[in-house]
Amino acid sequence: MSDYRIKKHPILDIEEKEEISFYWKGQEYKAQKDEMITSALFANGIRVFSYHQKDEAPLGIFCANGQCSQCMVVVNGTPVRGCMTPIEEGMRIEPLKGLPELPEDDEPISSQEIEELKYEVLIIGGGPAGLSAAIELGKAGVKTLIVDDKYKLGGKLVLQTHKFFGSVEDSYAGTRGYKIGEKLARQVEKYESIDIWLNTPAIGIYEDKKVGVLKNNSQYVLIEPEILLNSTGAREKSLVFPGNTLPGVYGAGAFQTLVNRDLVKAADKLFIVGGGNVGLIAGYHALQADINVVGLIEAMDEVGGYFVHRDKLKRMGVPIYTRHTIVSANGEDKVESVTVAEIDKDFNIIEDTEKTYECDTILIAVGLDSVNEFHNQALNFNMKSYVAGDAEEIAEASAAMFSGKIRGIEIANELGAIDKKIPVEWQEKMEMLKSPGGEEVEMENPRKREGIYPVFHCSQEIPCNPCISVCPQKGIYIDPDNMMKTPEFIENNYCIGCYRCVAVCPGLAVTLVDYREDNENPIITIAHEYGDDLKAGDTAVLTGKNGKEFGEFEVIDTVTLLHYRNTNLVQFKVPVDIAEDVAGVLVQEDREIIEPLDKYVEEIRDDEIVCRCERVTAGEIRKWIKRGINDINQIKAITRAGMGACGGKTCENIIVRLMRDEGIDQEHIVKDVQRPLFLDTRFKYFAGLKDGDEK
Amino acid sequence: MKTYDVIIIGAGSVGTPLAMFLADSGLDILVLDKKSSPGQGQNKKAIGGIRATHSARSKILIAKKSLEIFSGWEEKTGDDIEWYEGGYSYPVYNEEDEENLKNLLEIQQKFGLNIKWLDKEEYVKKVPMIKKEGLIGSTYSPEDGSASPLRAINSFYLQAEQNGAEFKFEEAVESIYTNKSKVTGVKTDRGEYSCKYVVNAAGAYAKEIGKMVGIEVPVTPDSHEAGITEPVQRLFEPMVVDIRPAEGSKNYYFYQHKTGQIVFCITPNPPIVGTDTNHTSVFLPQVSKRMLNIMPRLKNINIRRTWRGLYPMTPDGYPIVGETKEIKGFYNMAGMCGQGFMLGPGLGYYVSEDITGDISNEDKDILGDLSLYRDFSGSEALK
Repeated sequence: MSDYRIKKHPILDIEEKEEISFYWKGQEYKAQKDEMITSALFANGIRVFSYHQKDEAPLGIFCANGQCSQCMVVVNGTPVRGCMTPIEEGMRIEPLKGLPELPEDDEPISSQEIEELKYEVLIIGGGPAGLSAAIELGKAGVKTLIVDDKYKLGGKLVLQTHKFFGSVEDSYAGTRGYKIGEKLARQVEKYESIDIWLNTPAIGIYEDKKVGVLKNNSQYVLIEPEILLNSTGAREKSLVFPGNTLPGVYGAGAFQTLVNRDLVKAADKLFIVGGGNVGLIAGYHALQADINVVGLIEAMDEVGGYFVHRDKLKRMGVPIYTRHTIVSANGEDKVESVTVAEIDKDFNIIEDTEKTYECDTILIAVGLDSVNEFHNQALNFNMKSYVAGDAEEIAEASAAMFSGKIRGIEIANELGAIDKKIPVEWQEKMEMLKSPGGEEVEMENPRKREGIYPVFHCSQEIPCNPCISVCPQKGIYIDPDNMMKTPEFIENNYCIGCYRCVAVCPGLAVTLVDYREDNENPIITIAHEYGDDLKAGDTAVLTGKNGKEFGEFEVIDTVTLLHYRNTNLVQFKVPVDIAEDVAGVLVQEDREIIEPLDKYVEEIRDDEIVCRCERVTAGEIRKWIKRGINDINQIKAITRAGMGACGGKTCENIIVRLMRDEGIDQEHIVKDVQRPLFLDTRFKYFAGLKDGDEK
Repeated sequence: MKTYDVIIIGAGSVGTPLAMFLADSGLDILVLDKKSSPGQGQNKKAIGGIRATHSARSKILIAKKSLEIFSGWEEKTGDDIEWYEGGYSYPVYNEEDEENLKNLLEIQQKFGLNIKWLDKEEYVKKVPMIKKEGLIGSTYSPEDGSASPLRAINSFYLQAEQNGAEFKFEEAVESIYTNKSKVTGVKTDRGEYSCKYVVNAAGAYAKEIGKMVGIEVPVTPDSHEAGITEPVQRLFEPMVVDIRPAEGSKNYYFYQHKTGQIVFCITPNPPIVGTDTNHTSVFLPQVSKRMLNIMPRLKNINIRRTWRGLYPMTPDGYPIVGETKEIKGFYNMAGMCGQGFMLGPGLGYYVSEDITGDISNEDKDILGDLSLYRDFSGSEALK
């Protein structure tokens, strides 16, 4: 029996969890109490969950976020979403093959009335935006209900082991994401006017201005808020290529959920498609979990994410291929390799550049879409509805927190609970926090080669300033009017060598160089937070900003600061001529060099699956678009694309793209009509039954 | 100005099959619809039930023709419209309903419909998970069935185009031209067309179209909500119509589609008049109560989607079909009272005969029952 648990992690504490037993296809396995079914299966090396009823294609996970409905399994006779259903002692789980069969239970049922509750504010989504808004509402004493479909507050902050960018005063920059989530949750929990319902998805918004939620996944309740705040976050975009639904191809968020939330080693060899922040950070998270990152491809000339994230990966030895696209995921019933190719300036594959790499997992990190259907629906019904965070516009969590805060104050104002002006400059700051990062910059470091001072390895203007906030000497300067500027060490200032700027930097892009003892061989201090902690006497290969290797050096000492206990500050003695160029430590140094395999054979683009739920191919859809259909509703009616469990959440944008490819203008494309339910929900809950009632 | 023989207003359940038949007879047909593709009005709101077991001659004969078209469609064209011959059933739990249904049964049998009475034991064999407590028996008409409105209309549409009919979408009719009480053409927000006939197949909006030529078409829409579940393995065959009233509703009916989903719909009482099709929070609890009362086994099936559609109602519950006396060439096919999908193909067949003049007296009589100039005081038993 395979054990894919993460036993050791540089950042996350591994807690002892109670062990329970469950059955998969009749065989007994071990799981951790309360974890989701998908995590328990993955932890036991099970990646194929079900087989599609249409063509018996093997199915695994895609989003692990309750959105895509790929991960259906049969539990005690009824199909459930594996990623949203906690495992229980003795649970009997079976793959879903073909259509499910309902258990033969004809006991009469007595229906109950549905509970209805009024709140001043209902917040859908307890992530960075929702929690930040809730804090403002809590301060103002506004009666608020937060519903979140996960078992823990924090949204995607829960998955983020890296320190955050942004500003210290507005968005906890320099603190790790999951810690920020915990801080926000603790603050919200202390306000008496705020109720929090976890494991509670919102499933419908109705014309009579009520929102239906499934409280604790087991009781349907109607909430009537005066104001609705949608902080529902984002969902991952899907990508169409041959093999895109093979188990082993999944969203980067799903990967982070398995690895960082559930501490399951979800892959051995990982390939990442997409060089935005999500993809880059997923690579970093993989390395922390001791997962080999075979490579990362990006279609553009340069990655879209922050360069400091890119630099971290490069320093650690992850190859990044720009101007590349994925050609196919290959394998029988799970991913065995990936084929990629170079593309020209029109994004067409350049012949004979295809390369195939061995891997067991391919992460799709090609962008996010706002989850805004609740907000749109509410506006249709003339509800007072606000939107914050990624649900409004995709950006960093720091921006989500700030927008949540602003929405919270706006709502409290509207309800008359407070009378507070929102400073004009907040809007500017908001824009800055949302900014994607500027051009590549070359840092001018002092190179005084005497005394002690920090060296900054930033490579791009991004909204980030923790280093200036932690310096006790106030020796680091960033233009106070423009957080986007890169930091500099103020000439003639006296550095006391406290290491704080090194430890706090979210990009791990500050080193401290100390020439005081030895001018020719200064001591450099590097922040290190991957894999096995380096200690004095160990050796490591030092690398420059872009991954250039400087050779092997011995660790002379390590330091850990009180507030940064997971950041190992590692010290080396290095020759003066490279001292200020060294930026990091190679992590994947003993990685297998996985040589490209055979060339990819042939491309059958019409076979690619667009609608995962109903398994509708690009060819089937394209045939109708070529006939002149510009209405997605009609495509749905004919092909069933978008009619499945996820309600078109994953494929609608792809259908739009197919239409544009066929020359239909964006403005002539008729989008499909969104209808409730937002989530498949059992009959019994609407009849007022709670789980356990029937027994 | 482009000239057509017939312009059909509305590419829905009624207008689309009519276009198919008329074009097949060689006429130049234009279908206009303000929406972007066929069936975007009430067609896609239909749950897909098709039955000939009505209570009056006209509807029975029209629906029989529809059944013939639906059931033979795949064989004829190769298009799978998800036709499934599961039958219809009206289970009863009290003696009054039993008596009414048995009386009606005799009338239906006289029109040659295959419908019979099943006692409790026989019916439970057909629908094993039905509530047995108090069950007396059920009518059962095995030749009725269901199909996918979405697939069917698109298939009719493609066939109509193949037959030569022209469709223009996202084009709204603004006025209808007449000369000496005769239709001469149509003006839309995009152009003008001349024609000899205008067919009002505008469904819930038939009254507005009638007004364009000064004809009062007594059609008032009300709304019904419906829903669909995830697909599961076959549980039962026939449509189940629960005619016992409950708080806020009259009939409740549901069936299992060919592809495994349970599709369900309720008749609100009192009716919700108007064209609002937004969903309300009332529907799901109301419908779930009734569903789990009559079929508790469905408690664990997931509801996937719900919607609300319009029933273009007439005062007596029968459609309004035929050319008007006041304006020659203005032809109504309106007021389907929620049965446009099941009546559409049969009606299209007969109306096509009527417009081309190639119609027998017998068929003409069928349509005669649905005249605008009838006395609207009657009402249909068991709609």
